[in-house]
Amino acid sequence: MNLDERLSNVAIVGAAGKMGSGISLLLAQQLGMAKAKNPDKDIVLHLIDTRDQGLYDLVQYIRGQILKMAEKQIVKLRQIYKDRSDLVENSEIIDELVNTTLGILRPTKELSSAKDSSVVFEAVIESESLKIDIFKQLKSICKDDTYFFTNTSSIPIKVVDEGAGLQGRIIGYHFYNPPAIQKLLEIITSEKTQQDLQNIAEELAGRLRKTVVCSNDVAGFIGNGHFIREGLYALQKTKELQEQHSFTCAVYLMNKVTQDFLMRPMGIFQLLDYVGIDVYNFILQIMDKYIEGEEFKNELIDTMIKNNALGGQRGDGSQKDGFFQYEKGKMVGVYCYKQDNYVPLDSTEEWDKLLGDYPASWKPWKKMLKQKQDVVAQIFSELNSGESLGCQLASKYAQASKEIAENLVKNDVALCNGDVDKVLLTGFFHAYGITTI
Amino acid sequence: MKKLRKPVYFACGYNTISLGTGRSEFHPKKPRPGLEEYIKEAGQGVIAQISDAQHIDEGIISNFIAARFNRQAHLAAMIPMIDKALVHKPCSRVEGACASGGLALSNAVRSILAETADVVLVIGVEVQNSVKAIYGADYLAAAGHYKAERKSGHAYFFPGKFSDRAGAYYEKFGEEGAREAMAHWYVQAVENARTCDNAQEFENKTSDLLSLGMKSPNPKGFVDHLNLFDCSKVSDGASAIICASEEGLQKLGIAKEKAVQVIGVGQSEDDLTKAPEDLTRLTTTKDAVEKAYQMAGISVDEVGVVELHDCFSITGILALEAAGFAEYGKGGDIVKNGDTKRDGKVPVNTTGGLVGYGHPTGATGIRQMIDVCNQVTGQAGNSQINMTNERPYGLTINMGGNDRTVVSMVVKKAE
Repeated sequence: MNLDERLSNVAIVGAAGKMGSGISLLLAQQLGMAKAKNPDKDIVLHLIDTRDQGLYDLVQYIRGQILKMAEKQIVKLRQIYKDRSDLVENSEIIDELVNTTLGILRPTKELSSAKDSSVVFEAVIESESLKIDIFKQLKSICKDDTYFFTNTSSIPIKVVDEGAGLQGRIIGYHFYNPPAIQKLLEIITSEKTQQDLQNIAEELAGRLRKTVVCSNDVAGFIGNGHFIREGLYALQKTKELQEQHSFTCAVYLMNKVTQDFLMRPMGIFQLLDYVGIDVYNFILQIMDKYIEGEEFKNELIDTMIKNNALGGQRGDGSQKDGFFQYEKGKMVGVYCYKQDNYVPLDSTEEWDKLLGDYPASWKPWKKMLKQKQDVVAQIFSELNSGESLGCQLASKYAQASKEIAENLVKNDVALCNGDVDKVLLTGFFHAYGITTI
Repeated sequence: MKKLRKPVYFACGYNTISLGTGRSEFHPKKPRPGLEEYIKEAGQGVIAQISDAQHIDEGIISNFIAARFNRQAHLAAMIPMIDKALVHKPCSRVEGACASGGLALSNAVRSILAETADVVLVIGVEVQNSVKAIYGADYLAAAGHYKAERKSGHAYFFPGKFSDRAGAYYEKFGEEGAREAMAHWYVQAVENARTCDNAQEFENKTSDLLSLGMKSPNPKGFVDHLNLFDCSKVSDGASAIICASEEGLQKLGIAKEKAVQVIGVGQSEDDLTKAPEDLTRLTTTKDAVEKAYQMAGISVDEVGVVELHDCFSITGILALEAAGFAEYGKGGDIVKNGDTKRDGKVPVNTTGGLVGYGHPTGATGIRQMIDVCNQVTGQAGNSQINMTNERPYGLTINMGGNDRTVVSMVVKKAE
């Protein structure tokens, strides 16, 4: 079965979730366009989730996004519909694609709807037992040649494969958030993953216009292998800073160092909030379970989970409170775990003074995106010799980040430094490769 | 060609701003004024300059396609909304695509000549930002022949039509020279718009306009031979002016030095259902302008200021050739050498034209007349150019569709 044949019947399990809805949109775009080109061909996309309201919102989301896509691609669409004499105006053509796409969607709460699907995506929460349970059910529901794509960001594929008895019919297909926008796709094969599945997965990635990085089947893979360890390093450093500063001050300092001094789009704790403390914790547990000789535990994370300070996003995409309190996307308070409350971030001048001066050639992240390697090297040489607290923290942090990256190659997670950089540049929007500084 | 049987004048023009992208007041998601507000503002802006609205004998409103952009037809009945004195006055709405404004003016001239009116209030309006450009393109495509052209036409129908003209022009006269001239057209349009605070590009602060104008077209997302800077804007706006007889001017208390006399009117139509024979020429425009020159008894060398219909930069160049300012195939040269700039031999589109000022379609023809009137009478403020005795006349060219309806007028300072 080639990719086109497989893409005539696709299911997404956990379709209404944060990652699932994005994957659903990507597939709806692909399959909707295929249906527009071949109106007589059977093409269906099963959207499977447990909540009726979630499925309703998902269909509305897809409708809105397909409409925007159709408006943007009108020149191409007029070509596709050139023989349809009933479709004359742009609005008629745009509506036709939206309606065609809605027509292939099968929102449902029944997992058994996937029975005829040749490709099944799974994007439920990052729980090993839940994923294995779902794949066990899918194995009995689906045909023997169905391929399974799991959006796990950390669980070894081998574990899921063996747990559900899929015998190599599963591949790791780790989209970054939000899947419809983020270019990066980590593809993870286990020793057993069938070659044909790998080929199909790579061909599909091309159609979805993703930048693919292949990771070996080690818990956390490349992306979380780096991010989770960086997070732990930041938490450790924050604890050290607490010897001289308040906890809230330490969190603020470390976040600012990792955003501004390191010229990144977000500070480390803001990123943790974005990912979700609960998700971070799930991955910690998985890495702790499967990676030997390294501890993946943190007391503060445990406390925050207990206190329900979880970060993550609401249904409308707005940021929930975690390390920071947010109002309209802006950080307005910082978490105090002792009182389990947020201290307002009204005046941070004193804290900013503690960090001191930036390197002389320093530029904000957005401007760094366009800089050449020699500019990056110059700034880092200034940063490394800088005397301010900000420079010193940033320099050590960058060094730690670089070591984490190099260890991923040493420990056979990533094929080369370039692959780690590709993940950081594409998936985390870094302005420079960490292995090259 | 017959002369007009009695003097006809234009005076007391009023333009609203041309609202759309580029204006700081414009925000796609915030509420904006509608047809009612624009019509009122422009109409009342004129009435404030005359002695008494009671003296207005007739109202004419030009609009292309509010029935789709705003789901509103029957605009003639919005004229009495401007002032109570206009209730029960005869009013009509005219439409000729983007030449609607020109048609309103020529109809007003006829009412004066027919002596059914001494004073006509002429208003033009269009509110186009009500929908995204991709849907607006559907509405504006009605200026072409829907049955024969729309299905095979480009998503952006009119940019597609004039891109084809640019392509044909490139083939005949070379792409490089034409592209450069089109880029210079954009530069000139924005430079002139910066002198007029109603213009959509008034606030444009870009220093290197020429590089923008030289950008390569993007056929995947737009059309083959035009970039976005070659195009007129999507605009909301209204313009209004008084058309009057000698007696009319007196009743309104308008001093002659503030009015222009229209001495040439050229109106021309071609078959909408037929494609243009030669894409490198604007034959209907040529016909209309020649009629206007002939009636006025002037030659092209006596024209000192021009407002022409540059819905696209290439159209501006083709119109320069059609109006006789340059030989066939040489229109670009007089743009590049500066002849058409505000300090050049014959300044063109002194407030930016459709590319720089904006193009509220139904209002454009009237806006052109107001700008020429202001220049000829020395009322153009920051946009004022130096008019000479050798070139005392003003020329307007207002075109509808793909060179199908054209109204051209020659005016001079009233004596």
